[in-house]
Amino acid sequence: MNNRKIILTGLIPALLLVLVFTYYPFLRGIIMAFQEYKLFNLSNVHFIGIDNFKNAFQDPKFIMALQNSAYWVFCSLILQFLLGLTLALMLKRKFRGRGIYQGLVFYSWALSGFLIGMIWKWMFNSQIGVINDLLLRIGLIHQRIGFLSEQKWAMMSVIIANVWYGVAFFAIMLLAALQSVPSELYEAAEMDGAGGVRRLWNITLPYIKPTIISTLMLRAIWIFNDPSLIYGLTNGGPAGSTHILSSLMLEHIIYGGDYGAASAIGIIMIVILLLYTIFFLSVTKAEKAGEF
Amino acid sequence: MKKNIFRSGKIIYLAIYLLIMIFPLYWIVITSLKPQKEIFSFPLKYWPEHMTLDNYIHIFKISKFHIYIGNSLLVSIVSALIVLVIATLSAYVMARFTFRGHKQIMMAFIATQMLPGFVALAPLYLMMSSMNLINNRMSLILMYTVTLIPFTTIMLRGFFQRIPASLEEAAMIDGCSRWSALLRIIIPVMLPGIASSFIFAFVQNWNELFLAVMFIDNDSLKTLPVAMNSFILKFDVDWGAMSAGAVLSIIPTVLIFAFAQKFIVEGLTQGAEKG
Repeated sequence: MNNRKIILTGLIPALLLVLVFTYYPFLRGIIMAFQEYKLFNLSNVHFIGIDNFKNAFQDPKFIMALQNSAYWVFCSLILQFLLGLTLALMLKRKFRGRGIYQGLVFYSWALSGFLIGMIWKWMFNSQIGVINDLLLRIGLIHQRIGFLSEQKWAMMSVIIANVWYGVAFFAIMLLAALQSVPSELYEAAEMDGAGGVRRLWNITLPYIKPTIISTLMLRAIWIFNDPSLIYGLTNGGPAGSTHILSSLMLEHIIYGGDYGAASAIGIIMIVILLLYTIFFLSVTKAEKAGEF
Repeated sequence: MKKNIFRSGKIIYLAIYLLIMIFPLYWIVITSLKPQKEIFSFPLKYWPEHMTLDNYIHIFKISKFHIYIGNSLLVSIVSALIVLVIATLSAYVMARFTFRGHKQIMMAFIATQMLPGFVALAPLYLMMSSMNLINNRMSLILMYTVTLIPFTTIMLRGFFQRIPASLEEAAMIDGCSRWSALLRIIIPVMLPGIASSFIFAFVQNWNELFLAVMFIDNDSLKTLPVAMNSFILKFDVDWGAMSAGAVLSIIPTVLIFAFAQKFIVEGLTQGAEKG
């Protein structure tokens, strides 16, 4: 068998499936954004130009979701990163029980955002939630708080749950990078009399910078795209105040059956992602950070 | 002296962090073991007074929970196996050969990981219904396989690249065909990578909600996440039953993670680094 045949046999199943069931529906979704396309009125599908986009920008729910997305990505990302980095630094040196410890703190990786949302919904419950109970017991609050039912708390609450969910991911990636720092670098620094903070700043961080950059970039995109935690926790409520773009899009699809409106939001998301990627790459010049 | 302060600071930090990570899991398990009355009584009990499995018995009574578990297992395992076969082939080719379009194909795989996939959700629903695959577990097996092909290919490619090509070349000189060299020589060396890809795929499938919500609403075909989703809509206040359901849905992935943690972490980070 010649190489050409091997390449074709190896690639065709994967490529064909991805083209037909990922790219084709994706392109069709993009076209839908310019159509009136409602599941409950399929006989009346037609092109309407950019009306779906106009409607989106006139919908206060969309504007809110746009702002929330920025807030959600920024706060989740920064907190997940800082906590993940601290944790990774503390786990870098071997100690007795480290393996077990990692198992106990990294397991959130294996759970679905939806279920984690459900669990936190239960803990945040304003009547019988354990978080209210704990805060009351230690005297931090004197009245139960409607973490998910009051608008001023809801967004903060979903972000807290998301930080809890995502620290493990950062910690795992950064820990792997930390363990690849050659120990000779530290030995040399130690001889020069560099203290812990300086070693961190001058050796560790520069060495793992490519991992930091690519992880930050990928995580931001995933946090931006993933509606599952919000779906399980508040489903966008109260009154749309915790919707992000992806959860709002999902609501249009699952509950509204308005595929045109959903696709318009999807395209706006793609544009935001493109701008973000270009901006991120030009600021960090991260070509060398690896593609994935 | 300074070192000791640093050390105890570290221990306290790690302890607090452990507490915060474990508590939600602890709380959902404890809730599921409390009798209905205790769940709603004040002050909250941090250890159940009367431990009971009532909530678990209840959930199997009010729903076809054993069927949901079966559906989830079937869909998750079958699709993870198929994706493994397909992605091993594509990853091997992507790792060992350079050809025209190589870079573009890699980009096409990577892009699927970054684009908002839900743009395709509505069209997929229409495609599945025109193929008569709505309310058919085949639709989930198909779509879970497709969704995982790019990531698994990227990950396995990283593992292939760490195995010297001379290994299979030697076998081929000895008269093996390329495919049998792959099967007999390379795959055995790759087992850790293949195992972690399988686990990763299984966990993703097991947790997937939105495709399943779109494609399945026949009660006997539901997977666990779909069932939990309709629980929320149906018995919003029955937190006893819901926590029992949540615990049952979580157990397999947490157990897998507990046993294979080292494996998975290595697989994810190495595959990712090699890109």
